[in-house]
Amino acid sequence: MGRRILVTGVDTFWGARMAQALEKDPEVDLILGVGSVDPPVELSRTEFVKADQSYSILARIVRATRVDTVVHTFLVTDSTKVSGRALNEINVIGTMNLLAAAGGSSSSVRQVVMKSSTLVYGTNPRDPSFFTESSKRSSPASSRLERTLVDAESYMRDFAEDNPHVTVSLLRFANVLGTDIQTPITMNLRKSRLPYIVGFDPQIQFVEEDDVVRALEFVTTNQIPGVFNVAGDSRIPWSEVAKISGARRIPISAIGTEMAVRPLIKLGLIEAPPELLDLLRYGRGVDNSRLKSAGFTYRYTSAGAIENFTFSHRLRRSLGSGSSGYKYQHDVEAFFRHSPAVMHQDANSEI
Amino acid sequence: MTSSGSSKVRSGSTSLVALPPVIETTDSDQVLNDPRKSDVDAWGRSENMRKFVRKMTGPIYRNWFRVEWEGLEKIPTEGGALLVANHAGAIPPDAAVIMQGIEQELGRPVYGMADFWFRTVPVVGTLWNRAGGIAAHPENAYKLLHDDGQLGLVFPEGVKGPSKLYKDRYQLRRFGRGGFVEIAMRSGVPIIPIAVMGAEDAMPILARFPTVAKSLGVPYFPLTLNQVLLTPVLGPLLSSVAYLPAKFRLRVLDPVHFDVPPNQERYSKSRVMDESEAIRLQIQEALFDLLRHRRNRWLG
Repeated sequence: MGRRILVTGVDTFWGARMAQALEKDPEVDLILGVGSVDPPVELSRTEFVKADQSYSILARIVRATRVDTVVHTFLVTDSTKVSGRALNEINVIGTMNLLAAAGGSSSSVRQVVMKSSTLVYGTNPRDPSFFTESSKRSSPASSRLERTLVDAESYMRDFAEDNPHVTVSLLRFANVLGTDIQTPITMNLRKSRLPYIVGFDPQIQFVEEDDVVRALEFVTTNQIPGVFNVAGDSRIPWSEVAKISGARRIPISAIGTEMAVRPLIKLGLIEAPPELLDLLRYGRGVDNSRLKSAGFTYRYTSAGAIENFTFSHRLRRSLGSGSSGYKYQHDVEAFFRHSPAVMHQDANSEI
Repeated sequence: MTSSGSSKVRSGSTSLVALPPVIETTDSDQVLNDPRKSDVDAWGRSENMRKFVRKMTGPIYRNWFRVEWEGLEKIPTEGGALLVANHAGAIPPDAAVIMQGIEQELGRPVYGMADFWFRTVPVVGTLWNRAGGIAAHPENAYKLLHDDGQLGLVFPEGVKGPSKLYKDRYQLRRFGRGGFVEIAMRSGVPIIPIAVMGAEDAMPILARFPTVAKSLGVPYFPLTLNQVLLTPVLGPLLSSVAYLPAKFRLRVLDPVHFDVPPNQERYSKSRVMDESEAIRLQIQEALFDLLRHRRNRWLG
């Protein structure tokens, strides 16, 4: 029997791309996508279930479908898009509900994969140049976003201890770059403006969106337990990011930085949430060797990720609106999946 | 509450960290495209920047301090090693002198490890990092020495060295808690002690003003002999950064190898403290010997 996988957050880039990748795998019998709004991309055999943001319905879904794997991609790592309350609802309560649904001796779940962020390491002058998976934070989490991620990870750790029969994989992604992804850094790159704090040129690591999906798929299909940093090779100075991408640099005062960026954000010139301002002062580096020694290979270095982003963004800009024009319609999707009139041609349904 | 939450994540995270099986992949041999636009390495050091610094400080190194080395051949030409030296002078010139000397003579980079405080200073922190300075963090030291096999330079006296008064010159301060010995043991690299003569005389401290230092947020605020002598000629600002032409002599001592297995969680604290004290005494002895043979602090 093939695997039955539940993917959270199929209404976001992470979940949708992960579901797409899993659809190509003949070993996977069932892909169940959960999201609070409609999926943004076309999915061929993923079953979609709409749920509220805190995923309170998840326990019922898991019991009913007897999935063996849960891929939890629905964690917000960008505080510009959601309110503080929603952040807590999604990252903390959502993770709690998910783990409650997956845990217990009667549960069918044998693997849980969670997407986290290197934000859990924080940013501080006392930091090491490279965080390993077992490094400690140099200071307690200061921003709300970091706190929710740290809390979510602590629930995950408790879950791993209480459920030793479950393979638990936790991936911490560095700054993700991709044309389909909205983060403060990609939004600034799209506007071709990069704010920098005068006198500071921190080193930062990036990971390309394809590598993100490949890493999630890698630990899921190979059932690899453990905590892993996911980041492209080499840390690059922020000034070099501007050189590679051709973006204009916007100077920001080193004193009173928060005040200085406020009007620029209001005018829509730049994006600069507190996590980014911290990063622009001291940067962050992570050691990516553990995932590599597990057998994963990156397609992009940090610099390669920026270059690739820049090229794809230019292409998209030249071609005009980048949207695929896809719109999820429940009846249509249900028809293609379940109507006896549809002739399925993929190998999976033949067997 | 938050801090307890965060520490919880870390402390238990080893349970999640079972060594994973190695998966064979087919596309592993492809070379990644790495379109870098600067020569800044993973530590933040730029060889171009180093070249520029060496060029600018070359005349000071050769003609002002007239630096002379003894035993430079004791520094390995490859593999990791931890250089340990005494630290002095209001604005200590010893790090720059050691880095310049070894990079010129041996052609291999030296990473100077200093307090994280530097990172918080705009411009200075960035320049310091590009010129080969990294924060003295145990994880940094281990990666630099063990994984990367580079030369690291530390001053175990820390800020107590350069902040001492001229009357205490060439009297080594306490060597911290011996963290540098533990790091060398864990990384499996030798320690190479270096005795530096001259830094104390290049910018001697006559008095310190702790209240001023505190209000400015700097480690110490000194009155130097240079300011007293040179302010009439150079003005107050330049005289604060201008060195007196002290003769520099550096002696590299025999490498200290530790007969312990690397990569241990912890090492015997008494052994660490003993080794630390032994190295301190060696450097102190070497300094006294150098001073014994010095006829004049300016001419050597």
